[in-house]
Amino acid sequence: MSAVLQDPQLMEVNPPLVRSEDYHDLTEQISVIVEGDVVKTPLKYWITLAVTASVTGILGLMLAYLVSTGIGVWGNNRPIGWAWDITNFVFWIGIGHAGTLISAILFLFRQKWRTSINRSAEAMTLFAVMCAGIFPLFHTGRPWRAYWLFPIPNTDLNLWQNFRSPLIWDVFAVSTYFTVSLLFWFTGLVPDLATLRDRTASKLKQYIFGALSLGWRGSARHWRNYEKAYLILAAISTPLVLSVHSIVSFDFATSVIPGWHTTIFPPYFVAGAIFSGFACVMTLLLIARWTLNLQNLITMKHLENMNKIILVTGSVVSYAYATEFFIAWYSGNIYERFTFLNRAFGPYWWAAWSMYTCNLLIPQLFWFKSMRNNLWVMFIISITTNIGMWFERFVIIATSLTRDFLPSSWGYFHPTYVDMLTFAGTIGLFLTLFLLFARFLPMIAISEVKGVLAVQKHTFKDEEVVAHDLR
Amino acid sequence: MSSLINIQTPNVTGKKYWRSLNQLADTKEFRDWVHHEFPANATEMLDGNSRRTVLKLMAASFGLAGLAACNRPVEHILPNSAGTEADNYLPGEPFHFATVMSIGGHVTGLLVETHDGRPTKIEGNPDHPHSLGAATAIQQAIVLGMYDPDRSAKVLQSGKESTWPALEAAVQKLSLGDGSGLRFLSGFVSSPTLDSQRTAILKKFPKAKWVEYEALSRDNELAGANMAFGQPLYAHPKWDKAKVVVSLDHDFLNLDAPTPFFTLAFSKRRRVGSEEDLDKMNRLYAVESQFSLTGANADHRMRMKGSDVLQFATDLAAALGAMPGLNVVNNGDKRGKFLAAVVKDLKAAGPEALVVAGPRQPASVNALVALINEKLGSACVTYTKPVIDKSNSGIDALKALAGEMSAGQVSTLVILSGNPVYSAPADLQFPVALSKVATSIHLGAEEDETAAAATWHIPEAHILESWGDEASSEGAASIQQPMIEPMYGGKTPVEIVNWVTTGKFTKSHDIVKNFWLAQFTGDKEQAWRKALHDGVVAASKTVDPIKVTVDTKKLATALGAATKAASTGIEVGFYPSSATWDGRYANNGWLQEAPDPISKLVWGNAAMISPKLARDQKLTDGDIISLTRGNVKMEAAVMVQPGHADDAVSISLGYGREKCGRVGKDVGANANLIRTTDGFYFAQGFTLAATGKRETLATTQERGTGDNQNGRPLAREADVEEYKKSPKSIEEMSEVPEIHSIYPEFTYDKGNQWGMAIDLTSCTGCNACVVACVAENNTPVVGKDQVLRGREMHWIRMDRYYSGDENDPEVVEQPIPCMQCENAPCENVCPVQATSHSPEGLNDMAYNRCVGTRYCANNCPFKVRHFNFLNFHRHEPELVGLVYNPDVSVRMRGVMEKCTYCVQRIEETKIKAKRDGRREIKDGEIKTACQQTCPAEAIVFGNINDPNSRVAKLKKQERNYAMLAELGIKPRTTYLAKLRNPNPELTA
Amino acid sequence: MAVIFPKSSDIILKVAGAVAGIGAVIAVAAFTYYTYPTVIDTGYQPVQPVPYSHKLHAGQLGLDCYYCHSTVYKAAFAAVPATSTCMNCHTQVKKDSPRLEPVRQSYATGKPVPWVQIHRLPDYVYFNHSAHLSAGVSCVSCHGRIDQMIEVHQEKPLNMGMCLECHRDPAPNVRPANLVTKLDWVPDRDPREIGAEIVAQKHLEPPTNCSGCHR
Repeated sequence: MSAVLQDPQLMEVNPPLVRSEDYHDLTEQISVIVEGDVVKTPLKYWITLAVTASVTGILGLMLAYLVSTGIGVWGNNRPIGWAWDITNFVFWIGIGHAGTLISAILFLFRQKWRTSINRSAEAMTLFAVMCAGIFPLFHTGRPWRAYWLFPIPNTDLNLWQNFRSPLIWDVFAVSTYFTVSLLFWFTGLVPDLATLRDRTASKLKQYIFGALSLGWRGSARHWRNYEKAYLILAAISTPLVLSVHSIVSFDFATSVIPGWHTTIFPPYFVAGAIFSGFACVMTLLLIARWTLNLQNLITMKHLENMNKIILVTGSVVSYAYATEFFIAWYSGNIYERFTFLNRAFGPYWWAAWSMYTCNLLIPQLFWFKSMRNNLWVMFIISITTNIGMWFERFVIIATSLTRDFLPSSWGYFHPTYVDMLTFAGTIGLFLTLFLLFARFLPMIAISEVKGVLAVQKHTFKDEEVVAHDLR
Repeated sequence: MSSLINIQTPNVTGKKYWRSLNQLADTKEFRDWVHHEFPANATEMLDGNSRRTVLKLMAASFGLAGLAACNRPVEHILPNSAGTEADNYLPGEPFHFATVMSIGGHVTGLLVETHDGRPTKIEGNPDHPHSLGAATAIQQAIVLGMYDPDRSAKVLQSGKESTWPALEAAVQKLSLGDGSGLRFLSGFVSSPTLDSQRTAILKKFPKAKWVEYEALSRDNELAGANMAFGQPLYAHPKWDKAKVVVSLDHDFLNLDAPTPFFTLAFSKRRRVGSEEDLDKMNRLYAVESQFSLTGANADHRMRMKGSDVLQFATDLAAALGAMPGLNVVNNGDKRGKFLAAVVKDLKAAGPEALVVAGPRQPASVNALVALINEKLGSACVTYTKPVIDKSNSGIDALKALAGEMSAGQVSTLVILSGNPVYSAPADLQFPVALSKVATSIHLGAEEDETAAAATWHIPEAHILESWGDEASSEGAASIQQPMIEPMYGGKTPVEIVNWVTTGKFTKSHDIVKNFWLAQFTGDKEQAWRKALHDGVVAASKTVDPIKVTVDTKKLATALGAATKAASTGIEVGFYPSSATWDGRYANNGWLQEAPDPISKLVWGNAAMISPKLARDQKLTDGDIISLTRGNVKMEAAVMVQPGHADDAVSISLGYGREKCGRVGKDVGANANLIRTTDGFYFAQGFTLAATGKRETLATTQERGTGDNQNGRPLAREADVEEYKKSPKSIEEMSEVPEIHSIYPEFTYDKGNQWGMAIDLTSCTGCNACVVACVAENNTPVVGKDQVLRGREMHWIRMDRYYSGDENDPEVVEQPIPCMQCENAPCENVCPVQATSHSPEGLNDMAYNRCVGTRYCANNCPFKVRHFNFLNFHRHEPELVGLVYNPDVSVRMRGVMEKCTYCVQRIEETKIKAKRDGRREIKDGEIKTACQQTCPAEAIVFGNINDPNSRVAKLKKQERNYAMLAELGIKPRTTYLAKLRNPNPELTA
Repeated sequence: MAVIFPKSSDIILKVAGAVAGIGAVIAVAAFTYYTYPTVIDTGYQPVQPVPYSHKLHAGQLGLDCYYCHSTVYKAAFAAVPATSTCMNCHTQVKKDSPRLEPVRQSYATGKPVPWVQIHRLPDYVYFNHSAHLSAGVSCVSCHGRIDQMIEVHQEKPLNMGMCLECHRDPAPNVRPANLVTKLDWVPDRDPREIGAEIVAQKHLEPPTNCSGCHR
């Protein structure tokens, strides 16, 4: 694309980002997965899908049980009004961050290596936000009244929402984020959908893809509009990457509870979100890379770059931990001090320490290039990171609530099976959606990768690949 | 497009890809061409507007979710067909009726609030000398008992359902003759009518006997007087006159006094209304085994086994030189020091000194106390003759009766209320003895153990639905009047006694009324109406105190005779339960869920042991132990109680009911199994063994030992002397920085500004306010399981903090209602404005607006917001719904609820004032439920905007502080620090 | 490439989009309208067991509302009269009108007449008649011209919006206390002025905070 041309640094991409025979091969490689007739979708795919789908079913059951019986089916109590529900919410929202970051920010920074991963990252974002969205809705005692959280004109009650409440800010932040991410993702899909439309023989598919690709013919005019739209969306969603999790962090930062009432939260949460988001992308990509043989498109370069980001954000998070403890000590506030001592050595020490291990210690391995390039290491770290980040949210939310100001009202939280199955259910939902996406939509942005491919060809004339291509 | 490429890219092969345009991008022609095709520019679309539009649309679309069902159910209005006889009856408006109740001989006048004929709330009767407007937790909870669907509703014959006619036939058949086979077994008789019936019966049937038995009675008090003065007398401590009070195992602030009166009188010298009261403040020494509320409120507490108290009393008497031939047995300098200090203090106080002995202490201790008081010349105790004969009352009388029964000498036994099969000492084998009785007729409120064992069981009417009368130990009588017809056709003792002995049934109303009309002079009908209205019978003669002196010689011999049991093995002490008393209130959910004031235990009892004993026996909370002595044995879960006497176990009676309603069945362990006539209140020589089994005990607060306030200035305290020196010290315990909200702050300076002050000095920690709140505000009972999950719903809770050494800790009790913060953290975070501030400074909560995010509860520093995690009310039997206060909405599942300073009372009063055409509300005109019932008057509510209001004055005191004020939340509820009045000699 | 969609599909798409947009707007409007109590509740006119005519009694005969609804000044509830109240007159007047049969029945048997409730507030709303009457709010404000209704129907929505409207600005609905039951009262000047004076003189500050009505 035009953007690519004004991109000097790409001129010396070496080794090339992606390896593909030529444009056609690339198209082939991605499309056959979607079309699934040349290459039959393996049985193990359908089995996996069946499993994840049934886990999603459990989610449905749990939510039905919750709504029909009450929040009491969870372990929440007084003082721990929020526990796994909001933990899971923040966890999923956090994961959702990588997508936008990759699509928007890396795009604006002309990081061409994003092209191979942005499509799946964006998809992941959407699915993660969907999972996240479940919790704010169902954690309310009366979900059937949850629409009161939205500023609907109500001449009946003459009542408005409390716009001072961070929960209201959440409503706006999250819904905006989802909408923009969706548009972003879909816009990117249009050219590829058109490609699929043109490739398929089946009339039905032609109609479906045809409708979805909004009559994309690929005229220069189309491309120009596409470029504009893409740029605009990137511009819109860049601030969102920062805003969403900042606002989510306000849920805690604006309260009076020691352990929540902290100004460091916004940057701390954003860093954590990107941290976990990239880890999750990593997990999914590695699996996709193996199962769908995309080694040539998702190269070591991609993976290593992501590992670097994981290392950086991980370190930022670690720094935040340190700061929290320092401030707790430095403030001289007895409640603050107690909270952090209690966090590390109180009844929830195990949660805190698993968090420190996963988020603070393990990622440090990425200082070594060998580690950054070892598939198994990065796979495991991507997993531990996500575990660690879940614990981070749990530690922040639960341990701060268990022991606040009045020792008389201290309590302890025991999750019920409903808590666990609900969380498991959202994972099921997430995977189901992602599997469907991987099978029925182009997992890799064909057109964008072609862009990179083209540049490579154009740049390194001496390369045999290109010579053959230009013949 | 292909044409375009063909024209301008000669170097490109036929293969046409979009990307090949790159090669042309910077050729002039291409740029021109592009420019022609796209006059527009991308940048103008780069503003965020799209976001807002998206949101608007989305917001609207979500609205569709809320589409309500539009058809409307038909509801009927059913007015009376013929007006109503009750004059000035207003539908929906509350009415108050005076009545009276007696527990174990402690009589208290009550005021019952009814809505449209439903009793809904019980309060103390301000005109009654033993209530003065206050009521205990138990007294307030009995209203729930009236709606108890598990109450006895039908006649039983040997435990099987029978009919009234059948019973009638049986009663007709009775041949009582001279009454040689006729026996009556009743509880403590304090009803003049019943007493007169008794006299008549004993005249009519000379050989008949009438036995009184209470599991927890005042018999030792009388026996003690008998020992000291040669005649049974009631001792009446004048708490408000005493400057120094020494309590010998007498928990007069809680368990041993099921009446608000003692606390009320005692706190008169405890409350610090102004600076000069500081010098009037009394000093309390407590000697006890279990950690009781009296011990918690004592300035000095000495823990010792119940059986050692006699020795202590003797030493005290000796040290005072009250009795020749006694000398102080010195065991341990700690105790010696304590004794010396007490003696010195008592002597100094002289007529203002008061020593009291607990009803659970043997006659000898009570006698010694009488002697000591006489020696001290104490003006704080008077003695009166019992107005109602007690000659055949108590454990010995019951023993004799049981003997006769097993010997088959009893043909007809009438058991008037009470549950002897459950509560009689184990060694009497009462069930066996009962089986030997030809006809036993049991009148009882529930189908309990006795109901099942007796040949006939008759449902007893609840006191709120039946006529009767009670006279206090000084003789102040009150009429017990019903607010409602007996719901289950229950009968009353007077009716049954009359029926059985005369064969014809007369309604208790007539019996009681006739009795009293006979007493009255002048306009009898008028006097009767007045008695009903006031709740006190003006004509009833209160007996005058009599002047008596101790016969030292007799006493000495008597004391010698009083066997001192050798203190070997473990001692087990039996206590009343703060919830179920002796078991009669076991089926009352409000009481089962009201935490024990010290242990915070709910839904059950436990064997309380000292930390040392726990360590020695390697026991922790919940371990089940067995207690064995001879052939009696029981099992119970232990709970470690800081400050408990070593080598002793304390267990409360009234649990482990086998035949009981749904609520109380099999809750806790039955201590009656090991209670015997020789060790009625405490017994030596038990062997304690761990069983290896465990039980989860539900408490509402982590126990913790040592300082479990974690050095936080929450419940603040100081010694009087310190406080006099540096009054500022209380406030300075926390520094309150100047914090301002980022939002414009509302100024609360106009009209009524509600506030509350809670005096920790006079607050004893009894649960009266907790239960009062439950009754007033329809807060649900959640049950043991939910309490274990930390979901109890009490709007006002009693926090208990220990400090100091685990063996002799100090305790401070702190009631925690909503603080009604002016900058309430809960309000900012509610997304739907379900909780917001009223201009009068209340933190309003609109249940019907709440969606239940629980954010407010999380953000509440005091954790006084309670969430309906489940539909707690659904599990209640429909009938229980009748007890609800119609002025407060019953909250559904999924909404938050909290203390509102009884806003319904505030609004009602404001409206009333408006009707009367006045604007200002008199100070004290509005009383919150907790304030109204507090026997210690520790809670004061009112308009802080009026400098002359009581609350405003209290808040001016130096020891007034706002908890967690450093958060800038400006609480409206503030506390007056707890002042202790220790003896400098012991603190030094 | 094969042409799948005709050229017209562009227009179709645009039209569809427009339709969807407008549809959404209409949907919201419809929702707001049909859930508004004015639409749901007003005009509710159930069939009563006795065809009692307020028009006749309160209107033509000029009975004061207070004669039957005797608790309005003292209590929260405006009690529906006991059958005996009806029989005060109907033992003489229309002694044996068949339409009064249920009333006589009830008077004889003591069983109440099952009147159907018309003006109904949710349980969590604590409305107090005496408070409003002593403030000088007339029956008309909430119940309309009952004295002109042969069979009573609900005239006002009685929703929170309506309550707040008046609580925020009581003047238009406040009149001298002795005229509250005079439904046909016509003020000689702007009622708002009169109201404003009374509000000032009585220091009326109707609550607009939650606990004013919800407890």
